[in-house]
Amino acid sequence: MSKIHVSTTVNGDTVEYLCDPRETLLDCLRDRLNLTGAKEGCGTGDCGACSVTVDGRLVCSCLMLGAEAEGGQIETVEGMADGEELHPLQKKFIEYAALQCGVCTPGVLVAAKALLEKNPDPTEEETRYWLAGNLCRCTGYDKIIRAVMDTAAEMREAS
Amino acid sequence: MALDDRKSDFKFVGTRPDRPDGLDKVTGRAKFGADAHAPGMLHGAILRSPHAHARIVKIDTSKAEALKDVKAVITRADFSDKVPFKPGLEGEFWNVLENVMAGEKALYDGHAVAAVAATSALAARDALKQIEVEYEVLPHVTDVDKAMAPDAPVIREGAADYSVPEGMHPNVVRYHESGHGDVEAGFAEADLVIEDSFVTEATHQGYIEPHACLASLGNDGKGELWCCTQGHWIVQKTCAALLGMETSNLRVTASEIGGGFGGKTTVFIEPVALALSRKANRPVKVVMNRSEVFRATGPTSSASMDVKIGMKKDGTITAAEGIFRLQGGAFPGAPGDMTAMCGFAPYNLTNVRQVGYDVMANRPKQAAYRAPGAPMGAFAVESVIDELCNKLGLDPIDVRLKNAAYEGTKASYGPRYGRIGLVETLEAAKAHPHYAAPLKPGQGRGIACGFWFNHGGETSVSLALSEDGSAQLMVGTPDIGGSRASMALMAAEVLGIPYENIRVTVADTATLGYNDVSHGSRVTYASGLATIKAARNAVEKLCERAAAKWGIPVDAVKWEDGCAVPSGPNAGDFDPMPLADITTNMGSTGGPISGHFEATPEGAGVSFGTHIVDAEVDPETGKTAVTRYTVIQDAGKAIHPAYVEGQYQGGAVQGIGWALNEEYIYGEDGRLQNSIFLDYRIPVASDLPMIDTVIVEVPNPGHPFGVRGVGETGIVPPLAAIANAVSNAAGVRMRQLPMSPPRILAALKDNG
Repeated sequence: MSKIHVSTTVNGDTVEYLCDPRETLLDCLRDRLNLTGAKEGCGTGDCGACSVTVDGRLVCSCLMLGAEAEGGQIETVEGMADGEELHPLQKKFIEYAALQCGVCTPGVLVAAKALLEKNPDPTEEETRYWLAGNLCRCTGYDKIIRAVMDTAAEMREAS
Repeated sequence: MALDDRKSDFKFVGTRPDRPDGLDKVTGRAKFGADAHAPGMLHGAILRSPHAHARIVKIDTSKAEALKDVKAVITRADFSDKVPFKPGLEGEFWNVLENVMAGEKALYDGHAVAAVAATSALAARDALKQIEVEYEVLPHVTDVDKAMAPDAPVIREGAADYSVPEGMHPNVVRYHESGHGDVEAGFAEADLVIEDSFVTEATHQGYIEPHACLASLGNDGKGELWCCTQGHWIVQKTCAALLGMETSNLRVTASEIGGGFGGKTTVFIEPVALALSRKANRPVKVVMNRSEVFRATGPTSSASMDVKIGMKKDGTITAAEGIFRLQGGAFPGAPGDMTAMCGFAPYNLTNVRQVGYDVMANRPKQAAYRAPGAPMGAFAVESVIDELCNKLGLDPIDVRLKNAAYEGTKASYGPRYGRIGLVETLEAAKAHPHYAAPLKPGQGRGIACGFWFNHGGETSVSLALSEDGSAQLMVGTPDIGGSRASMALMAAEVLGIPYENIRVTVADTATLGYNDVSHGSRVTYASGLATIKAARNAVEKLCERAAAKWGIPVDAVKWEDGCAVPSGPNAGDFDPMPLADITTNMGSTGGPISGHFEATPEGAGVSFGTHIVDAEVDPETGKTAVTRYTVIQDAGKAIHPAYVEGQYQGGAVQGIGWALNEEYIYGEDGRLQNSIFLDYRIPVASDLPMIDTVIVEVPNPGHPFGVRGVGETGIVPPLAAIANAVSNAAGVRMRQLPMSPPRILAALKDNG
């Protein structure tokens, strides 16, 4: 089966890859572009560990084909920090011990960033429902929710 | 170690610094199992049985082998034939081999029967379809009570060990009985005796990272294996045995691990990847998908239990008896003994008897899941205690305080307890605002206690000082919850240098001595103890160098705040010599300075917790909401309190899932019906309240800083505490988990 040529933008960089029509965007990020920050936890869109944004929209990259990324603007966890300066969510997650094993963390961070861009002042309930698509088995979510809400509060003060 | 040797004032221990692997984990740099790559790497895939129980008549791999992209196909014939079958757990290597690649029979839906290595993951997956397997389907059994019945299909003759009484079905493979006193006499003294039966379903650890590994085994007989595991030495030992290699010829490196909770304490795909690599003579990566994780790794046991407890009107328990039947899949190992030993362990009982059964069925071989066996037993025991409290009009915390075990109590499973903290957790629960908070209509409150043994295990740690005065610490226990931070804190405490100046690495099997798995809540206890002793070993050498320089005896030098100092005025008048002043020229004063410690520490203090839960039941839909949750647990000494809280919170929420949602559902055909996260629903953020925690600290005399393991006890009380809350909210006793909406509706209906 011949491969498909895809040209797209990932974290601001122009990239190209050849992919099998059956390969997901997650496969392409990980295996073609060596961006292994997004993880495959389920492959069925249930766990959110593969969360990225495509043209500003939060998606499970395991549910999108690599070929569909043509011409898109993709953002992954690897693009969250501004050079050496971590995104406020990244800093807060470390400070609050909002991760244990850390395998869900890239997806949670990408999803939380998308939340705060849409809603800079989420309630606890809104935060919990927004992140309901990101499974974490270690933390019980307590410290994650606190980290996201406190980051939101700090970002509001700073702006 | 005597209590008065123990340090109690700390500079670093008890603080909450950033974890050393934090940056890597928030930026996507951390390398987990599936993130590795090797030159010339192939991708492996595994063919699995669609039948719960079937004789493998023939496997024809010729069509798959003929495919251009396929570089190796393996079956059971590609593993060592020198692994002996022995009864029970004695033949554990044989059991593991049989589990990672079926022999004569497929024993459960998902059992591996063949594997392929090909040039891409897709090519490997496609090639599986070209392997032809002829099965003779056999009768199967997946339920524990049915598996013990006289007419049950036999999974394997001869698997039972010496402990099983005569006349039991061959599927009963181990038997445990313990206790003391005279339970019949005790029941006769009681004012009220309640006997009830309980059922829990199998659940999965549900770690978000599926098993993944990258294996390379050349024709020189030397192997490299990268994998996500809780213990790479056990992986080394097991894989070497299964492949007929010398242990030391296989180097295993543990990746970052994306959750384990006991489920990554054994091997599944690792020996398969090595066998494929050996055959193809190229590196092979194998990554499970989620469905494979559910069907073919190690879920917990399902359980069927009968508990009988007698109580006086004043709350005194006069006797307690429990029968615990655990289904552990198609191999020996279900922790019926653990369930039996833990169930009544929180209580000071004159008359107690407990029996545990390890029963095989056509399901995947169970693996440890956080305090393996204990949560189910606690569910049954604590439910009966709750019912006794309700019937006798007694406060559930007062009754537990009245019967609570303390230092010197003869435990239900035999030994006398040392210093333990159960009473302290109960007192903290009673004093907690949660316990006094009013409940709304439709809500109920549940209390439960839980116990876990905790574990020491073989441990090796090395600490090497650098010339600039920094330190590198090599531990062998994979970091499953922030342990590198705890190790650095303990080393900093001894060395007296900043936390940030200590780099902790999880060493591979070629660079450090043997280490037992990260299990049994042992890491902060055992690797922590070894870290402290290794650092003290380095400090002794630092003091020797200072003594030599000052020309005074070494016993006239002591270590204080990161400096060698004279031990008293008579030792001489010298300025404190900082660590870096000693290490800077250590090459010329005697050579590199390192500290080591190797031992099997035996002083892991047992641990207790008490949980308070409020739950609300919707009588229309049967849906339960946990509205408030408080975990109170004895940590001995919390090294990094934020990660201790994290263990408490994580354990509680896994317990919430087990109590309310999670279960393995098998069809009549013996196939698993819910092998994805959509259908096997673990708790999500919107299901939950914040999880409050109280860290009680009753120091463990067996650890220099007083540490008790905290990882597992947190999952023991929740099943019972939530069941008690739901039962009290619904006004009907819930005897089966999970308490899913249909079960709650049925219970409400039965109750009229």
